[in-house]
Amino acid sequence: MKGLLLAGLLSLLFISGCSDGQDNTLFNRGIYLLVDTSGTYTKELAKAQQIINYTLAKLYAGDTFVVASIDTGSFSEKDIVAKVTFDDRPSKANQQKRLFQEQVGQYVKQVKSSSYTDITGGVLQATEFLNEKNTRDKTILIFSDLKEELKEGYVRDIPLSLQGFDVVALNVTKLRSDNIDPREYMNRLEKWENLVEAGGGQWKIINDLEQLDKLIQY
Amino acid sequence: MNFPAALSLIPGPPILSLLFCFIVISTLLYMARKPAHEAIVSACRVLSYAFRLASRSLLSAEKRLKDRNREVLLAEGQAASERIIEREFERINVSVAKNMSTFPALQRRISDTVTQVDEDYRNSVEIPPDPPGWGKVLEPIAKIPAVEDSMVAEVLKSIRAVLEKGQQGVLEVYRKNSRERHLQLKKIAPNLRHIEKGLGAVNLHITGLLERTGTIDNHMVAFERMSKGCQKAEQRLSSSSLTQFFISGFVLAIAIGGAIINFNLIARPMQEMVGGSVHMMGFRVADIAALVIILVEISMGLFLMESLRITRLFPIIGALDDKIRVRMIIVSFVFLFLLASIESGLAYMRELLSQDDAALIAGLLSSGAGNSLDMSGRWITTAAQMGMGFVLPFALTFVAIPLESFFYSLRTVLGILLAGFLHLSAGLFRLLSNLCRYSGKCLVSIYDLLAFLPLWIESKIGGSNRPEDATEDKISKSLSNRSEVDTGSSARIKLPRKSPSRKRTKKEDVTMTSQTQEVLS
Repeated sequence: MKGLLLAGLLSLLFISGCSDGQDNTLFNRGIYLLVDTSGTYTKELAKAQQIINYTLAKLYAGDTFVVASIDTGSFSEKDIVAKVTFDDRPSKANQQKRLFQEQVGQYVKQVKSSSYTDITGGVLQATEFLNEKNTRDKTILIFSDLKEELKEGYVRDIPLSLQGFDVVALNVTKLRSDNIDPREYMNRLEKWENLVEAGGGQWKIINDLEQLDKLIQY
Repeated sequence: MNFPAALSLIPGPPILSLLFCFIVISTLLYMARKPAHEAIVSACRVLSYAFRLASRSLLSAEKRLKDRNREVLLAEGQAASERIIEREFERINVSVAKNMSTFPALQRRISDTVTQVDEDYRNSVEIPPDPPGWGKVLEPIAKIPAVEDSMVAEVLKSIRAVLEKGQQGVLEVYRKNSRERHLQLKKIAPNLRHIEKGLGAVNLHITGLLERTGTIDNHMVAFERMSKGCQKAEQRLSSSSLTQFFISGFVLAIAIGGAIINFNLIARPMQEMVGGSVHMMGFRVADIAALVIILVEISMGLFLMESLRITRLFPIIGALDDKIRVRMIIVSFVFLFLLASIESGLAYMRELLSQDDAALIAGLLSSGAGNSLDMSGRWITTAAQMGMGFVLPFALTFVAIPLESFFYSLRTVLGILLAGFLHLSAGLFRLLSNLCRYSGKCLVSIYDLLAFLPLWIESKIGGSNRPEDATEDKISKSLSNRSEVDTGSSARIKLPRKSPSRKRTKKEDVTMTSQTQEVLS
């Protein structure tokens, strides 16, 4: 009987050891959404809200979701609009999702457009954040026209380290100048694709928001 | 030296060089003919023997396995028959104990009834009324001649009136007695029916017992056949095992379906208890916990069935004292009931979570417009889920019965499959052995074909009187004899002989035989 008890205790210890030793973050996903707030792109924020809601609906316990704005200097924690790591319990995670939705809603109501667009800074911030979280899947969503405009003195000519990252450009709108010369649009997309792939990341573009199911795959 | 270089060994056309090469190679092959033949034959024989040995080992293993399978099959059949006979005896015991306890009462009742009938019968016997004693006295008076208006006539009239009155009274009494007698006889009929009913019940019990003894006789006959190891009994058991295997497999598949539904019912709410993002060995802990609960339920069901002696997977439980066994039944059932209640609660929680999820998704995807979902009628799904959560654990309890059949029949089925596999492997090895043996002959012939020129010259010059012949004969004979021994057929494989016309003496034949025996040994 004593032997049986001992064996039971040992198995429990073994199981608990396995449980603690396993890094649970390796099964979770991290999504960092960068929302462009420069110039006239603020008009597109309603679409960004749709994407946020869709993403919230697709995330589960243990996943991390961050929404940050792209403005003059985006390499800063101050640009994070809302961030959350969902609780283990599904009911609590649902509450967190509702709260997150409210935070984003308030932000959209009072957002002011910025003069410059520091996309690289935002991507660097996202990389840093998700690397720190060490989630299994790391996805950076860029909701922008991808036209970067840096304030004088800002250095962003930095190679990106995007090993294990998926970078998805969403709703890349065509500017007036793109209509005149479409090559500008093409070059812009190509530049970002090269930049991401040179950093070791995967590049994807989703312009049709009807195909959001491709955004998060299981 | 490459091939084009070989073509220019002799100055002139390349055909000369080729011819030269061929002659050299043929000569070399001829010179090495004897050891080469022996090497080829030995190598092939070694391989052939090895394969044959493997084949025999496999056949022997197959035989042992078949014997063991037979033993197991018969033992299982005997055990099953024993169980059935035991059950029949238990039923007889119960029937006898139940009916025999009522027999004294029945006997007393019948005895009382018989006494009552006897008494009633005696009471119903007809007693004729006593004739009036003074009749003879009145006779002479009656003979006196009657004269009208005389005093005698008056007296006689009075006597007659008295007599008639007395007769009427007696008749009344007689009628009354007859009525009472009839009533007594009427009372006998239900008593007789009562006796008949009692005897009928006894007859029914005895007929039932006789039928059961007939069944036991049949089972005993089958048991005796199995004890004797009868082929027919073995075949019947084998086919029964296969049928049991497929039927129990089918039922188990259904049970697995039920377990999967059960799992889906409780896996999601378990996330509320143990966390939805905690993983262990690559699996979500909530899923593992749900699975463990289902497995514990199945285990409790197994213990319950074992304690009830419906299944016999754990003989130790069946052999327990009745008091402990009953306690075990109660404990298993209580645990099962608690687990079923927990599952029911989890199913309710699942429904709540689903509603919450649905409301959230509706809120997120329709910008808050869908927050007011129509929840009327959701109680039906809630009740259904809770009901399923409560019922499924009890339903899974009955998995123990097909599981037992499956395991017992699995042994037989695996035995049959393994025996078939061994037989097939033995056949394969036998085929390989024969291939090796005949490939040896084939290689020897091909070797001789390559060295045909020197051999032809030799046959032309020296006939077959050369020492190598003995070896060749030895080889060919050994191979032929082996093939005859192995195949057991009368067909003889005739190897080409260099000197078919050669006549052997008796002494040479004896020498050849001894050489062949050496090779064989």
